[in-house]
Amino acid sequence: MVRTRFLPPAFNSSRRRFVQGLAGGAFAVAGAHRFGWAAAPDMGAAGDTGAVLSGTEFNLEIGALHVNLTGQPGIATAVNGRLPAPLLRWREGDAITLRVSNRLSAPTSIHWHGMIIPADMDGVPGLSFNGIGPGETYVYHFKVNQSGTYWYHSHSRFQEQTGLYGPIVIEPRRGERHRADREHVVLLSEWTDLDPEHIFRTLKHQSNYFNFHRRTVSDFLRDARKEGLKPTMADRLMWGQMRMDPTDLADVSGYAYTYLINGSTPAGNWTGLFRRGERVRLRFINGSSMSFFDVRIPGLKLTVVAADGQDVDPVTVDEFRIGTAEVYDVIVEPKDDRAYTIFAQSLDRSGYARGTLAPQAGMQADVPPLDPRPLLTMVDMGMGHDMAGMNMSGMDMSRMKGMDHGSMKGMGHDKGAVPHRAPAEYGPNVDSLAIEPQSRLDDPGVGLRNNGRRVLTYSDLHTLGGPIDHRKAGRDVELHLTGHMERFIWSFSGQKFSESEPLRFNYGERLRLVLVNDSMMHHPIHLHGMWGEVESEHGEFLVRKHTITVQPGQRLAYWVTADALGRWAYHCHLLYHMEAGMFREVHVERSSTEGAPS
Amino acid sequence: MTPRPRLILFCGFFGVMAASFALGQESQDPASHHDHSSSQVSAPQPPAAPTPADAQTPSEAAHVPPDPPQHPMGDMPYHEMSALMQMDDAARTAMVLFDQLEWRNTTEGNAVAWDAEAWYGGDVNKVWLRSEGERVGGTTQGARADLLWDHTFARWWSVQAGGRQDFGTGPGRTWAAIGVQGLAPYWFNTEATFYVGEQGRTAMRLKSEYELLFTQRLILQPEAEANLYGKADPARQLGSGLSDLEIGLRLRYEVRREFAPYVGVVWARSFGGTADRIRESGGNPSDVQFVAGLRAWF
Repeated sequence: MVRTRFLPPAFNSSRRRFVQGLAGGAFAVAGAHRFGWAAAPDMGAAGDTGAVLSGTEFNLEIGALHVNLTGQPGIATAVNGRLPAPLLRWREGDAITLRVSNRLSAPTSIHWHGMIIPADMDGVPGLSFNGIGPGETYVYHFKVNQSGTYWYHSHSRFQEQTGLYGPIVIEPRRGERHRADREHVVLLSEWTDLDPEHIFRTLKHQSNYFNFHRRTVSDFLRDARKEGLKPTMADRLMWGQMRMDPTDLADVSGYAYTYLINGSTPAGNWTGLFRRGERVRLRFINGSSMSFFDVRIPGLKLTVVAADGQDVDPVTVDEFRIGTAEVYDVIVEPKDDRAYTIFAQSLDRSGYARGTLAPQAGMQADVPPLDPRPLLTMVDMGMGHDMAGMNMSGMDMSRMKGMDHGSMKGMGHDKGAVPHRAPAEYGPNVDSLAIEPQSRLDDPGVGLRNNGRRVLTYSDLHTLGGPIDHRKAGRDVELHLTGHMERFIWSFSGQKFSESEPLRFNYGERLRLVLVNDSMMHHPIHLHGMWGEVESEHGEFLVRKHTITVQPGQRLAYWVTADALGRWAYHCHLLYHMEAGMFREVHVERSSTEGAPS
Repeated sequence: MTPRPRLILFCGFFGVMAASFALGQESQDPASHHDHSSSQVSAPQPPAAPTPADAQTPSEAAHVPPDPPQHPMGDMPYHEMSALMQMDDAARTAMVLFDQLEWRNTTEGNAVAWDAEAWYGGDVNKVWLRSEGERVGGTTQGARADLLWDHTFARWWSVQAGGRQDFGTGPGRTWAAIGVQGLAPYWFNTEATFYVGEQGRTAMRLKSEYELLFTQRLILQPEAEANLYGKADPARQLGSGLSDLEIGLRLRYEVRREFAPYVGVVWARSFGGTADRIRESGGNPSDVQFVAGLRAWF
C-alpha cells in the first residue's frame, strides 16, 4: 500500500492489525441452529441463547461494553452486553412489547428501521418522544404488520457508530415466499478506535483528513506518460478549477475503520455454516455509520430475493452495492464442500469486511484483493451526457475542456430535468450543483461500472405485489441533496436542519418525492414511518424501500403515501452527514380540506 | 503568485459572485419563497379519485398504515429539539493551527518564527485570531496579531473584519483590518487583508499557499506572502510601497495529519525604502534561509 511505504516496520504491523482486527480466541461460527447469526466479542456462538431473542416480550438493556477489536481497548455502546445488539425475531401479526432500559450516563433511543409503526414508537428523540434518559426505561409497544429483514439502531448522537445496532427478522404469517434450507444474518458495520465526536470535529477541520488516496505528483507523471501531458494537465485544471477531488469517495475511510461482519473483524472471520446443496438465505444489512459496501462471494451466484424487507422478483447477480441502512436478502446455493469468502469491500477501497461460508468451522477461502480505486467522473458530477455504464476513467474528462461545474447552466438537452433551485442553493454552504442530473437507475455506480461482473442496480429490483397505493401522485416535492465537501456542511436544498421548516404532507395524500443529488457523494436517504416506492425511468413502479441511495449527480423519483400521522425524520443515513445538517422533519397532518386516507 | 494577478482574480471573483446572487434572487418569486423556503413544493392538488379501472394491488391490500401516535410530540423550537436529539448542525467548533513553528538561519543569526491561527464558531460566522512574527537574538521582530470576525459569504470565500496590533521592534501600531480569505481556483489558499492605521497609514498583506502531494504524507507547501505600505514608517524601518516578499518551500511529513515536521527554504526579500534601511544598517535586503519546524493543529 502506498500510504504505508514510508512507515517503519513497527507501524506496518500495527496498521495491519488495525485493518484486519483481532482474530479473538475463537472463530465466530453460526449455523448449529437453523437461524445463524452470532458473535459478540466474546464469541459466544452456537448454543448462546442471548444472541437471538424471539417472542413478543423483550427486555433490552443499553449499556457500555469493554471491547478490543483492534488491539486497542475501547468502549462500545451495546444492548444486553452485545456488539452487535441481539437479533430480534418477530412474527408478522404479533403485538410486541420492548422494554428498553438505559444504563448509560447519556440519553439514548432505539429506532426500528423500516418498521411501519406509530410515530411515538419510532424512537427519534425530539420527534417521536423525549428519548430515554439515564436510568429510565421506555416501553415500545406495537403490532407487527410486515415481514422480512430489518434492523434497529440508536438515534442518539453517535451511539450507532459505537455499536448500538442489531438485526430484526420478521417471519411472514404465510411462510417465506422464497424457500431456504438455512439462513444467516450478515450485518455489515464498522468499528473505530477514535471517538466519533473527534471524527466529526476532524471532518469540520479538514474534510479530507481520512482520504489517503488523493492524487499525487507520481499519479500525475504516470497519467502524463499514459495519456499525454496536455490532457492530464487539462484534467487536473478542471478538477482544480472546481476545487473538487475525484478521489473523494468516502468521508471516513479504512484509516479510521475496521470493517465488521456480525461484529467480527476480517481476522476474526465470522463463519456461517452450510451443507452442500442447501439453499442458504443471507440477510445482508448495512448497519454501518458511514460506509457503502460492494459485496460478493467469489464462486457463488447471488440471487437477490428481497430489498429492504420487501420480496422482489428474484434476480441473480455476482455482486451488489449496499448503501448505509439498506437491506438485501440473497439466496446462495453452494454446490461444493468448500469454504467461500463473503467479501464486502468499502466503496473507496480502503478496506473490507470479510466472513466465510463453510461446511465446517475453521475453514477459509482466499480473500480477493481490493479492486482498483475508482475516480469520480463527469457522470458523478451530474453533467449528464448519458455516459452511465460507459467505461469512464478520470482521463476521459480531461478531453472535455471548459466544463465548469459552477457555470455550466443551460447545457442540458433534457430541459425538463433541469432542477428548480432555491436561493439557499446558491449560497455559501453549497459547493456544487448538478447541471444535468440523470436518472441512471441502471448504473451500478462509480467503481462498479464494467468490472466484468454482473452487478445489481435499482432497475433490476421489482417488488412483488405492486405498490401499496395504486393512486397517482397528486403533487411533486423536489429536494436537492446538497453540501460543501471542503467545509463539511450537508443539507437538503441548501438548508441545514437548523435552517429549515418541516416538510408538510397532507394525511392520506400520495405524493412524488424527487431527489436530485447535487453533491459528489452517495447519500442513502431514509424516510421514517412511510415506504418509498421508486419510480422507473418510464414512470412505473419499481421497488419499495425504506432507504434509497441517490448516486452523485443522479435524479431519482419515488412515491410516498402519507398515511402515517405525526412527526417523522427524513435524513441521509450517513451519520456524520445527518449530524452536519442533512436532516428534515416531515410532518404528516390532517389538512382542513381532506379526510382520512382511502 | 505576485500580488497583482491575485487581486485581479479577486475582482473577477466578486463579479461572478454578484452575478450569481442576482440570478438566484431573480429566479425566485420572493413571496412564494417565503412560504416554501424549505423546498420547491408545487401547489397541492387533491389526489385523483379511484376509478374502477384502478384495481387495488396485492401490496395495497396487505399494507397496514400505522395508528396515529397515542402520545404525539408537539412542535418545539429548534434548540429544544436539537437538545433532545443531541444533534446540532449549528454547533460551534474551534481549531488551532500552527502552520509554521520553525527555526530559521537568517543573516542576523538564528531565529524562531511562527505563523499561527485559531478560530471558533459555526459554519458561517467565526472569530479568527491570526499571528506571525520572529524572535532573533532575544528581540521580537515583525510580529503582529489580527483579531477578526470571519463571515463566509460565498462558496469558497469569507470576508474578515477586525483589528491588527503590531509589536516587537519599534513603536506598536494598531490597525483596522478588512479582507477576504478562501480557496481560490486550483486549490490556492489565499488571504488578502487591507489595513488602515493611525496618521493615515495604510497597509496590505497578501498571502497564498498551495499543497503538492509527493505521497499521501510527504507534502510540499509553496507559500508566498507580501506586505505593502501606503507610507513609510521609519520608526519600524518600513518604506512605502511593496515592503517585503517572502517565498517559502516547506516539505513536511505528516506523521499524523495533525503533526507534521518539515524542512524548507525561504527566500526573503525587502524592497524600496525598507530595503534601503536594511542596507543603511549594513544588512542584506535579500536573504535565503533554511528552516526546520513543525506544522501542528488540533
